[in-house]
Amino acid sequence: MQHTISVIVENDFGVLSRVATLFSGRGFNIESLSVAPTNEDGLSRMTIVTRGDEQILEQINKQLNKLIDVLKVLDFSDGSAVERELALIKVSAEDDARAEVLRIVDIFRAKIIDVTPKSYTIEATGNPIKIDGILELLRPLGLKEVVRTGSVAIGRGAKGWNG
Amino acid sequence: MKISGARIMLECLKNEGVDTVFGYPGGTVINLYDELFNFKEINHIMPRHEQAGTHAADGYARATGRVGVAIATSGPGATNTITGIATAYMDSIPMVIITGQVPTALIGNDAFQEVDIIGITRPCTKHSFLIRNVKDIALIMKKAFYIARSGRPGPVLVDFPKDIQMSQCEFHYPETVEIRGYKPNLSGHPRQVEKAVAMILDSHRPVMYVGGGAVLGDAAESVTQLARILSLPVTTTLMGLGSFPESDKLSLGMLGMHGAYCANMAMSNSDLIIAIGARFDDRVTGKLSTFAPHAKIIHIDVDPTSIKKNVRVDLPIVGDVKDVLIKMIKQADNSNDKLAGFEAALAPWHADITAWKEKHPLDYKRSSTIIKPQFVIQKLRELSDDDAIISTDVGQHQMWTAQFFKFNKPRTLLTSGGLGTMGYGLPAAMGAQAAFPNRQVITICGDGGVQMNIQEMATLVQNRLPVKIVILNNNYLGMVRQWQELFFDKRYSSTCNELPIDYIKLADAYGAKGFLASKPGDVESVIKQGFKEKGPVIMEFKIAREEKVLPMVPAGAALNEMVLNA
Ligand SMILES: Cc1ncc(C[n+]2csc(CCOP(=O)(O)OP(=O)(O)O)c2C)c(N)n1
Ligand SMILES: [Mg+2]
Repeated sequence: MQHTISVIVENDFGVLSRVATLFSGRGFNIESLSVAPTNEDGLSRMTIVTRGDEQILEQINKQLNKLIDVLKVLDFSDGSAVERELALIKVSAEDDARAEVLRIVDIFRAKIIDVTPKSYTIEATGNPIKIDGILELLRPLGLKEVVRTGSVAIGRGAKGWNG
Repeated sequence: MKISGARIMLECLKNEGVDTVFGYPGGTVINLYDELFNFKEINHIMPRHEQAGTHAADGYARATGRVGVAIATSGPGATNTITGIATAYMDSIPMVIITGQVPTALIGNDAFQEVDIIGITRPCTKHSFLIRNVKDIALIMKKAFYIARSGRPGPVLVDFPKDIQMSQCEFHYPETVEIRGYKPNLSGHPRQVEKAVAMILDSHRPVMYVGGGAVLGDAAESVTQLARILSLPVTTTLMGLGSFPESDKLSLGMLGMHGAYCANMAMSNSDLIIAIGARFDDRVTGKLSTFAPHAKIIHIDVDPTSIKKNVRVDLPIVGDVKDVLIKMIKQADNSNDKLAGFEAALAPWHADITAWKEKHPLDYKRSSTIIKPQFVIQKLRELSDDDAIISTDVGQHQMWTAQFFKFNKPRTLLTSGGLGTMGYGLPAAMGAQAAFPNRQVITICGDGGVQMNIQEMATLVQNRLPVKIVILNNNYLGMVRQWQELFFDKRYSSTCNELPIDYIKLADAYGAKGFLASKPGDVESVIKQGFKEKGPVIMEFKIAREEKVLPMVPAGAALNEMVLNA
């Protein structure tokens, strides 16, 4: 099972390695990880996508909570969050393929952000399944480079993470 | 008044009530040592190796319940502490390790004696700090001590660059500390406590399974009280020894790989296990899939990650074990009307346990010609003070001590359980003796492990620490040899230490006394002579070389599949 967890951490020296050490040392896996500062002073937010059964997820949650620099662990496994990912995709586009790329970009409501006679660079956002979808369609045209941010997630509803 | 960072560090230690530190000087702590030179409030003991200094701080912490403090210089000094830190981490021992670091401007440049000690120790510290401003020292130290001792205790490393030691500022020690990401949950939930007591009163074959958490949480008295009110049989882990008096008839002794038959049988047949500050380590559970198949499990621990890590749990209670136990005792007292009936219903269970005890008691074959190690341990118990502190090294002698010494008081056994660190015994005893100059402190070692920190003889003599060093000499790396005998067709690969060492001369060379017992008749007189000495002593016992630690649950076997005599 895949799970998305958000972790609110002190924006401090060494926090990222502490979290990474926890995952590698205990054999938990990280499918994606994104980190950036939040609106609150001194706090960063990590979004981690991981895989494991119920028991592993419980251990991951508890172990993260145990780290001194972790303020809060938000477990979004129950689908209580909106998830988004951004991808930058460089795809070959010559002759007929140019029109095909544009059609796909249109369907996925993506954007062209760089153009050459031989290629397009596309910016796509959406939930990770949508990103997988556009990549699937573009693949036969020749993907030259793909950069994905990994998921970020935010809880549904009016409340912020701390009320 | 402005004072140096080095001086501030010492003031912080003083404010934390630290009276003794174990440290070794070097280039990046020279400023700290310069301040220490005139700082009379702190007794500084210099070990002969930083690993030993760290173990000594650990032994000090285990014996006193206070935070142990070790100091080392950067680079090799710092890396020498790692085994000591990992040992403390695995057994949840509160410690603060202060390491010198190269000046902040040089960090990351591969400067002379620079290592990323925070990075290296990250997996084996509870937390760590790099001090980057002289103004931060006081708050960091306040946090370091608080983190080390609270919740599930553990070692905290503070990396202290040389330039910060030399900078100056005013000193104020904060009275309180608030760490927004760290709020250990200490108070057991009353509803869970109620349920726990109800579950116990519903059970027919209950066992209390008590671990090191009960010792660390100073809950021995509460463990004993709860057991006695409810007539619950009690087994302890290696780390839990001393949390319940082994002289009590409810005691089953130690469980696990080399535990008592009755303890392992009780666990295997139990219908309710009450785990208290224990973590279901593989040396305790044996094969997990067959562990306690009929039992419901109540798990009390201050660390939520310990709960449901290895085994399923029916009722988790997160909280300080003493707090939870006191609440349980109250609750049990309130259920007074049910107690008599409950106790009567336990009669068949107690009868089963008595039968197991009688069927296979912990025992060994006596000999009138060769010294049996178990006999030495029994004699040591008989002839030592009631409140003697025992440390052990790691190996067969450690298990014989656990099996035969019979611990009745908490914090009287110091042993490396989680990491199983050879070389731990002697320096840990040194730390305990520094804390309690007037108590008897005995370290029980093997001939292998005692060599790993034997240089500390010098520290003992220099600081007049009268540790009694017992060497159970089988001239083997006995524990490994035992495995080779049982599972590798007696191929004694690298476990046979033929080189005889004259321990009497060795003791003499350090300015201590040495005694040797080669036959059973010598045992008592050697122990008496050793105990009579005012200074440190080596007592060597030439023991039956191929004696095995039994019973034994082979690795991967079920707890009730014990080898009783091989
Ligand atoms: C630092 C370290 N190295 C290796 C081991 C593996 N080991 C465990 S017990 C043991 C043998 C110890 O021999 P000795 O000290 O003579 O004690 P005995 O078992 O003979 O009582 C060894 C090598 C260990 N636990 N720690
Ligand atoms: Mg030996």
